[in-house]
Amino acid sequence: MDSMTVIAVASIVTAGITTGFGTMGPALSEGKAVSTALTSLAQQPDASATITRTLFVGLAMIESTAIYCFVVSMILIFANPFWNQVLSAATAEAGK
Amino acid sequence: MRLSPDEMIFWQHGFFKLNSTIAFTWGLMLVLAVGAKLITRNLTTNHKRSRWQNLLEIVVTGIENQIEEVGLKNPKKYIGFLGTLFLFVALASLCTVIPGYEPPTGSLSTTAALAICVLVAVPMFGIEDQGVGTYLKSYLEPTFIMLPFNIISEVSRTLALAVRLFGNMMSGAMIIGILLTITPFIFPIVMTVLGLLTGMVQAYIFSILAAVYIAAATRTRKPKPARVRQT
Repeated sequence: MDSMTVIAVASIVTAGITTGFGTMGPALSEGKAVSTALTSLAQQPDASATITRTLFVGLAMIESTAIYCFVVSMILIFANPFWNQVLSAATAEAGK
Repeated sequence: MRLSPDEMIFWQHGFFKLNSTIAFTWGLMLVLAVGAKLITRNLTTNHKRSRWQNLLEIVVTGIENQIEEVGLKNPKKYIGFLGTLFLFVALASLCTVIPGYEPPTGSLSTTAALAICVLVAVPMFGIEDQGVGTYLKSYLEPTFIMLPFNIISEVSRTLALAVRLFGNMMSGAMIIGILLTITPFIFPIVMTVLGLLTGMVQAYIFSILAAVYIAAATRTRKPKPARVRQT
């Protein structure tokens, strides 16, 4: 396998695995966070504003790790520097 | 596949590029400033008020309540900064209903700029509230070994703010773009609605996090009470 194939395969596989893992962890923890928030809401309904606000802030922080994984996957698929460099080298070779 | 509104260029002359990020940002600023000026021209306190003034009052008192709940005692001092952050990000996301519009917060430049504003504002409010010496000494709490970690946490908080907003906005636009090529009938509209919801939530999160950081920096430390000798 030449280097172009290796880079392409590595990028595609890594992008898939990154998105896969990046959605599993945050989903599990967000589920736990929401269930705990619901329990405390049931116990103290008049603190609902504070609980809801804290829940949203916590969810946003957890979500941002998923966003990091998503950004890395997008970079690997659409703005891959290694692939661009290898591609430009190959087209320069073919153009010569 | 457009990764960011930076790549949509309207006009170019040598090095200077007028891309859609700059154009839409200035458009939003114009709408916000002109709208605010027009609405606050004739403010009244009696029952005969325009509905726009009512809307602004709801928004402003809502933001003030949120800032107070976070722990900032004097919300009028901070509402200029925090309210502007919220309104800009919220309007940038709301205007997605206009066809041909790309939210400028989908570009890392805009979100990095907003995060750097927060990075500068937090020490500014902290020093204004506590004085330079007390604020700088707070970096040495709880022990002076924590100084590099406190600085790193400041920087990483800013980075997280920028990437969080950028990732949410970019993913919304990209998912709609991808879906348009696959199922171009009703599903992209559902995803646009979801994008609107996440846009508003992210605007709220951005401003609340900025408020929490400012509250942490301006928290007045109670002086330790003098120890009473028990006899």
